[in-house]
Amino acid sequence: MRIVVTIVGKDAVGITAKVSGLLADNGVNILNINQNILDGFFNMVVVADMATASVSLQELKEKATILGKQIGVEIRAQHEDIFTAMHSI
Amino acid sequence: MFTIKEVLETTRMITENNLDVRTITMGISLRDCSHPDINVVAQKIYDKITTKAEHLVKTGEDLEAELGVPIIHKRISVTPISMVGESCDATSYVPLAMALDKAAKAVGVNFIGGFSALVDKGYTKGDQILINSIPEALATTDIVCSSVAIGSTKCGINMDAVRQMGQIVKETARLTAARDAIGCAKLVIFCNSVPDNPFMAGAFHGVTEPESVINVGVSGPGVVKRALEDVRGQDIGAVAETIKKTAFKITRVGQLVAQEAAKRLNTQFGIIDLSLAPTPAVGDSVAYILEEIGLECCGGPGTTAALALLNDAVKKGGLMASSYVGGLSGAFIPVSEDAGMIHAVECGCLTLEKLEAMTCVCSVGLDMIAIPGDTTAATISAIIADEAAIGMINNKTTAVRLIPVPGKKVGDSVEFGGLLGYAPIIKVNTFKPDVFIARGGRIPAPIRSLTN
Repeated sequence: MRIVVTIVGKDAVGITAKVSGLLADNGVNILNINQNILDGFFNMVVVADMATASVSLQELKEKATILGKQIGVEIRAQHEDIFTAMHSI
Repeated sequence: MFTIKEVLETTRMITENNLDVRTITMGISLRDCSHPDINVVAQKIYDKITTKAEHLVKTGEDLEAELGVPIIHKRISVTPISMVGESCDATSYVPLAMALDKAAKAVGVNFIGGFSALVDKGYTKGDQILINSIPEALATTDIVCSSVAIGSTKCGINMDAVRQMGQIVKETARLTAARDAIGCAKLVIFCNSVPDNPFMAGAFHGVTEPESVINVGVSGPGVVKRALEDVRGQDIGAVAETIKKTAFKITRVGQLVAQEAAKRLNTQFGIIDLSLAPTPAVGDSVAYILEEIGLECCGGPGTTAALALLNDAVKKGGLMASSYVGGLSGAFIPVSEDAGMIHAVECGCLTLEKLEAMTCVCSVGLDMIAIPGDTTAATISAIIADEAAIGMINNKTTAVRLIPVPGKKVGDSVEFGGLLGYAPIIKVNTFKPDVFIARGGRIPAPIRSLTN
């Protein structure tokens, strides 16, 4: 299963490192990363593969929420199907 | 692969603009639940619903968690109970309504629809018993919804049923007077009823439907409103185009949820209902879309034209996004469930007569409108007849869900709570239609029914 992780919030040092660390610690393999800063706001989209993950999507979401609160950003993890459905014919 | 912009757009729709899948509704046939003994019928109904829909709520919650899009309601629609109950010799179908209520609560859905009768042209024995049972059934159950079809383009309008439904609405209001006539919020009277509608209170599982089916209703007025903010100052073609593109995206999410839910529940995917269903939440209003298009207030001159454009563009955009489209499909205008509609009534801009005009071009009809408690049964019947005539002549579904709140008058308001919202009491024309309604009989099917 492929997931899309979106990270949105105020820019700070180390957000990418901490989020990729969370994914690595749980066996989630990063396939693609897009990141930019718009008007001082940090936007990152990570496409990742859950095939080797040691946790379920639900557990990953819970851990991501906790991390997000610690570093002041909003982290969402969703199945990639919703994006594929909405943006491709 | 999608771009970062597309991902963030989807996320914004969900987090800021209230994008949700409004309902996953499982249709279940109860045609095999007949029996001469009503207690056996009730038990069969309970057993069948709790078996077929056992995993419905869990499946909805799983999909919500995986896809990250809220799925607000999980609901059930069943074969019209008039047909199921007809086999038994009971004189009231209230025990069957209680079986529906108990089964729905056991599987955890928030509404069950189908305490219904289809009397477009006339009554059978079961239809008569069911309609007589409606007030007590709605007063003694919590989540059962009822609907009665009183006409269609093919059959004309059953004016005997129209007359009786005015009385039934009044009686339902009386029996639930202590809760501001909440029973009437669960009762819809249809012309051109729809057998695969996933939305309450009018959902039932039509006789042409399969054993079980998953129908999904999408929503997203807030998303459309937000998209239109980007085309301010542009011509009306740009407005239609923006609504179409947005409806496409919204519907794709519904299609994904419907297909996946049907697969996991081992049943058939029926249809997507392409609807803009508002909620009382700020930013989730159809009225605000009309105002974004350029009206000072919903209900003013231009409202019918703007709503016609919106309704049509939603269908055009949604149609391309789903393999099967059905249900009611269009923009809903339930007054108490839409913050912009509530405001428009309160400031005197939106009247019952303008709402009637709007129903000529929107997806359903006079919906969730609180009226004075002293409105007579004949007047309610006449409003039902007017609305049915619009549906019959224009070959579209129309419906009436009026709430005559006992003891309340124009200037008062009523609070239903939750998604049902709150409503200011709206003025009703008090000139009498009594002689017209007392005639009874049947309005013949219109010339446009003869299409063969």
